[in-house]
Amino acid sequence: MNRYRALFLLALLASTPYVFAQVETSPEGGELLAPPSNFIAEDTPLDNGNSISLSWNLSPEDIIGKTDIEGYIIERSTEKETGYQKIAELPAGTTSYTDTEIENKKNYYYKVYSIGKGGIHSEPIYAGPVIASTQWFNPERTNMLVASILLSLFVLYFIFRARKGEKLYIRPIAGLEAVQEAIGRATEMGKPVLYIPGIMDMDDIQTIAGITILGKVARMVAEYDAEILVPCCRSLVMTIARETVKEAYLDAGRPDAFKTDNIRYLTDDQFGYVAAVDGIMLREKPAANFYLGTFYAESLILAETGHSVGAIQIAGTAMPSQLPFFVAACDYTLIGEELFAASAYLSGEPLMLGSLIGQDMGKVIILAFIIVGSVLETFGVDVSSLFLTK
Amino acid sequence: MKQRLPLLITLIVGLTLIVQFFSPGLSFIQERFTNWFLVVIVFAFLLGFLSLVKVNITKIKRRSEDWGYSIPLLIALFTMAIIGIGWGIGEGTIFNWLFMNLMVPMSATMFSLLAFFVASAAYRAFRARNLEAAMLLIAATIVMLGRVPISSAGFLSYLKLDAIANWIMTYPNTVGQRAIMIGAALGVVATSLRIILGIERAYMGEE
Amino acid sequence: MGITERLANIDRRIIFLFIAIAVIIPLLHPIGLPTKVSPPVEKAYQAMEGLPDGSYILISADYDPATMPEIQPMMYSLLHHAFKKHHKVIVMALWPQGASLAEEALNEVAPLYDAKYSVDYVNLGFKSGGSIVILAIGSDFSEPFPKDMYGDPTSEMDIMSNIENLNDIDLVIDLSAGDPGIPAWVMIANARFHRKIVGGCTAVSAPQFYPYLDSGQMVGLLGGMRGAADYETRLNILGTATAGMDAQSIAHIVIIIFIIIANIFFFVEKRKKG
Repeated sequence: MNRYRALFLLALLASTPYVFAQVETSPEGGELLAPPSNFIAEDTPLDNGNSISLSWNLSPEDIIGKTDIEGYIIERSTEKETGYQKIAELPAGTTSYTDTEIENKKNYYYKVYSIGKGGIHSEPIYAGPVIASTQWFNPERTNMLVASILLSLFVLYFIFRARKGEKLYIRPIAGLEAVQEAIGRATEMGKPVLYIPGIMDMDDIQTIAGITILGKVARMVAEYDAEILVPCCRSLVMTIARETVKEAYLDAGRPDAFKTDNIRYLTDDQFGYVAAVDGIMLREKPAANFYLGTFYAESLILAETGHSVGAIQIAGTAMPSQLPFFVAACDYTLIGEELFAASAYLSGEPLMLGSLIGQDMGKVIILAFIIVGSVLETFGVDVSSLFLTK
Repeated sequence: MKQRLPLLITLIVGLTLIVQFFSPGLSFIQERFTNWFLVVIVFAFLLGFLSLVKVNITKIKRRSEDWGYSIPLLIALFTMAIIGIGWGIGEGTIFNWLFMNLMVPMSATMFSLLAFFVASAAYRAFRARNLEAAMLLIAATIVMLGRVPISSAGFLSYLKLDAIANWIMTYPNTVGQRAIMIGAALGVVATSLRIILGIERAYMGEE
Repeated sequence: MGITERLANIDRRIIFLFIAIAVIIPLLHPIGLPTKVSPPVEKAYQAMEGLPDGSYILISADYDPATMPEIQPMMYSLLHHAFKKHHKVIVMALWPQGASLAEEALNEVAPLYDAKYSVDYVNLGFKSGGSIVILAIGSDFSEPFPKDMYGDPTSEMDIMSNIENLNDIDLVIDLSAGDPGIPAWVMIANARFHRKIVGGCTAVSAPQFYPYLDSGQMVGLLGGMRGAADYETRLNILGTATAGMDAQSIAHIVIIIFIIIANIFFFVEKRKKG
């Protein structure tokens, strides 16, 4: 029994210096924590340089509910041995960090260690050197590049053919045939034409389409000696709409008939705008209403009020959720691509029409892709989906 | 020159932004352009404000038709601006109180007009003029019933309207929406090319 | 103009009147048309029902007045259910106006079950910071919420005496109209602290949270007014959502009747002319 006790004491004694030694290696005293592992530093893929991605595995003591580890400290240096400075303190459970405060083409070294209560922490683990560099091409967008080039080539090819004087056939679009009729009616009745280029700003392609059509409509209005009202939901749209209408009047040889204040800003607020436009409709009783651009929930409120004052209504938008409302409440509706084709169609210029045919050829290719892809996928060949998702 | 310069700017900016989409190294360009756009918008906003004030003051001065509406408009405009600039717009301010108790209910009122307008538009639009219109009419009725609890009440529950409505929304509806989206996306490509290449100039007031 | 033709082009104000009646009457006197409870709502109900009485429920009110019609009824039903089961309810908000909206519901529902403030429930109020706040309560509630909505210290409250951090919460419910909202709660409270999460959101955003349900990161979802109505049905109470669904049902029926009438007149008129 005594022998066992002696052995036990001996073992205890032997282990004591070991325990103390461990404590001594800890930088600021206290017990050591288990460090994280598998620390990796690499250049962030697909960026313009300027960042390095760090990742590591949690310290074995970082277990939810067990509060030994409070988090991780990351330090960075441009030299392997010295000069480390703290760049981030992260909560427990974190396994990655992106360092964005670095320069391109420079060597960096990192270390990470876990910290616990009372300033105790683990041994650090190191990673590096790592260099951040710029990627000039994003291979994940190869499919889009191929598709864009193909589509553009089609459009350009047909523009080129049109330039050579080839006759191109475009199917009639009823809504656009009716533009002249609508403006003529407004002239006869002595009532204004109301034009709404959507409720979004100039960074929306549908607004741009709306403004290009406004150019054509305003010119007709000027030629017919009618009046056009363009209440705008965005100041920038107002500024550009003014220029467009002014130039159209100038082209029609009627600069004197242009009234700046007919193209006015109302409010950026969606429903405030609707209320104001509804008010204009009820007071001015326009004979023709155009809604061409991006619309949201206000589409039906505008179109129903317009219908109630007896206006001819022509709408056009690429917002699928609003199309049913316009179709139900307006006389003519340009659906999706017809909105974008309208300006080309109305101008009748061969170059513009050529682009429409190019666009249709693009559609043929996409249809072919859809059919071939569906057949292939059905039989378990996933080439096409790989191309589209990769 | 007056017309050439804007076209040149359009061409260069358009092409640069397309190229940067494929190149992570150039992505800062888009960020910069977005910031410029925001700056331009702020100045344009000033123009909008001036237009609003000018149009309405002129109306009041000339006693044009319905000039009375311009008075509350100007009062509201300046009250909100002064209160907002003077006392802030955060939680607990007068601006916030006015926003929550005037602006929000008024917006909600305009929004709820939809409930009525949907009914009157449906009354006019859903008439079985031909085969297509009849199909639309039937589909609309099924979806309207299938989406509300009454479809599972009494004899209606045997018709499994909710399941049919779900099917209509998931398949025919999605197919149609996708077709429109694909067409519109192509339209966007063609329109963008026309603008970048300077073929489409109507937005600059030029034929 | 014949009578049928005149009716085919009926004054729209007559339609408006009928719609107004169809919406207002069920709102004032709910009929309680039977709703089939949808599976995500049933799951949410079971998550609350399955807990032993007296469990701790955390409700985060992350919405504002604009989305009140859809989300506030959820708050009411969830409170009814929680108090009925004698659960302890801790309410907080990551949206500024959420706390006062929750307060409105608490003041109405708690007295019905004799629930006492600071013993059976507490409103910790709003704290800005979104996901940072969730992270903070993961280690200690008293850090972001040393005081409740009224400025009383939470450390002296009965209800908080057993609660140190998220690990002491049995069910987390997030009623959210956007960001910060359900994704933050799922990513932190579920992924990091393994809490069970039930979400409530507007109908428009509901589809995007279905993947969380499939993956088990959420144990239930109430989507829009329909979701709220389903929960009311499950609880057997007639709340505003059920009334709202009644109104929607009746309005749809009225519209369908008008469409049928319009078609009858349309055909009569066509035969006359033909």
